[in-house]
Amino acid sequence: MTHCRLALVQMDTVLGDVEANLARHLNWIEQASEQRADILVFPELSLTGYRLMDLVPDVARQPHPDDPAFGPLFEASRQLDLVVSFVEEDPRHRYYVSAAYLSGGELVHLHRKVYLPTYGLFEEGRFLDWGDQIRAFDTRFGRLGLLICEDFWHVSPPYLLWLDGAELMIFMSASPSRGLSQADQLGSAVWVERVNQTYASLFTTFVAHTNRVGYEDSLRLGGRATVFDPDGELVASGPQEGEGLCLVELDLAQVRRTRLRLPLLRDERADWVRRQLDHILGEPGSWQPEEPDA
Amino acid sequence: MTGPLAWIDARLAINPELADRVLTGFIGNELGRYGFERAVVGLSGGIDSAVACILSARALGPKNVLAVRMPYRTSSPESLEHAGLVIEKWGIQELTVDITDLVDPLFDRFQDMDQVRRGNVMARARMIVLYDQSAAFRGLVMGTGNKTELLLGYTTLYGDSACAINPNGDLYKTQLRQLAAWLGVPAPIIAKPPSADLWQGQTDEGELGFTYEQVDRLLYLLVDERYTPEDCLAAGFDESFVRQVLARVRATHYKRVLPPIAKLSNRTVGVDFLYPRDWGT
Repeated sequence: MTHCRLALVQMDTVLGDVEANLARHLNWIEQASEQRADILVFPELSLTGYRLMDLVPDVARQPHPDDPAFGPLFEASRQLDLVVSFVEEDPRHRYYVSAAYLSGGELVHLHRKVYLPTYGLFEEGRFLDWGDQIRAFDTRFGRLGLLICEDFWHVSPPYLLWLDGAELMIFMSASPSRGLSQADQLGSAVWVERVNQTYASLFTTFVAHTNRVGYEDSLRLGGRATVFDPDGELVASGPQEGEGLCLVELDLAQVRRTRLRLPLLRDERADWVRRQLDHILGEPGSWQPEEPDA
Repeated sequence: MTGPLAWIDARLAINPELADRVLTGFIGNELGRYGFERAVVGLSGGIDSAVACILSARALGPKNVLAVRMPYRTSSPESLEHAGLVIEKWGIQELTVDITDLVDPLFDRFQDMDQVRRGNVMARARMIVLYDQSAAFRGLVMGTGNKTELLLGYTTLYGDSACAINPNGDLYKTQLRQLAAWLGVPAPIIAKPPSADLWQGQTDEGELGFTYEQVDRLLYLLVDERYTPEDCLAAGFDESFVRQVLARVRATHYKRVLPPIAKLSNRTVGVDFLYPRDWGT
């Protein structure tokens, strides 16, 4: 089965209230089910809200059917596949920004955010731990990959998903919009859309992205879900403002057709890249600028 | 504006429709999160409070906004009239509270008060009136200070700087003028020289010693574009002006942060007891 109806949620959350956000998830799941969605994607930290700071340990969960927040989501994943994002506490009490892919009442894949922005307005690295693995995974529709916000501000995670076979990359954000100019959109929103389109084009893959809406303290979270196809064309987008669903029918077989025309993955010399990386990282002074001689 | 630095003006140009959308959303959402539907604004007759007032009215509806005019006996009658233009045009709720009786006893008690002390007392008296009206009207006090003022510390601590939320604070004065024009703020308010009207003949630019156009260009490069002072000189700014502005930003930084609390325990408010303002909302 290569066809799927993908639904992306642009939603607001209650900051630090998992129970209230679970109720919102179940509501969105009902709406998406009515519209016959196969996969429903929630934005980054959909179960908790974004600007958590010292609330991190209070809202942390395990993606397990016995967890009170996850139980109803596991159950709902028998109807349609779900991608939800939350704060995960591991058995050693380390906290991650995570995303779970649930399907048929089971956890199919767990992604832990590997890049935690800790600069400017961001302070994630202060409160959370860094994930260390990027993997694509198989679903009933095809091979997928999950990334969370800053993960795709770096080129390496999408590159790794590409090499690991992802035909559909799903990106989730809680991206504070910033950069007012004379343009119609804030600078950060323009940038995100541009890189999403670039990844779809360079990696000849589907790239779907959804983003939180609403305000938290000084921050406005900008929404605007988008889906780009393997030719880099915009095939769907969510509302410019506010909450809403972005629904699109995808045929993952388009990946094959695009890649026959444009065999970038076939010709990618990953082994050579690795050797180059080993070389670059192994050479003193080639990665970090060399200290000048005293 | 023309001259070698005019290129910066293009960078300071904003899309006012987008700014309006973000800021009205901010007002409606943040007040809603705290359980409020109403706002209280001290309306001076100047451009900043006019913008905060109009944005509040657009976000919440004019009946949910209380504009409070707080003249002192020496205040310019023009200020009162200009505030009236905004109230009338947008159909905002209005209250006028003369602060003369509130502050004159203190002025009588300390006859040697210079005009800066007197100005600060008036600004703080207005804060008392606004916070009282906040309780009476069940609305939150809207901040009106712009980014230029905040960075220069051209504000009275716990006076005009006191507020629940501030929609204006990330717009330089010259950007705020663009938004004001787009919102339809009456022309006399936009055209007149900015003034805190704390004493007769006071103007911001007279007191600061430079114009908002000049300083906004410099602050934009220093703060937003992360130019070094040397980069600013290379761009064509006068060295003494750059030094003067930097010294002012540094000297007034205490106005932009909460007072430090001396750390004794393992967890200290403001140091490592860190929660979002919107906690649980």
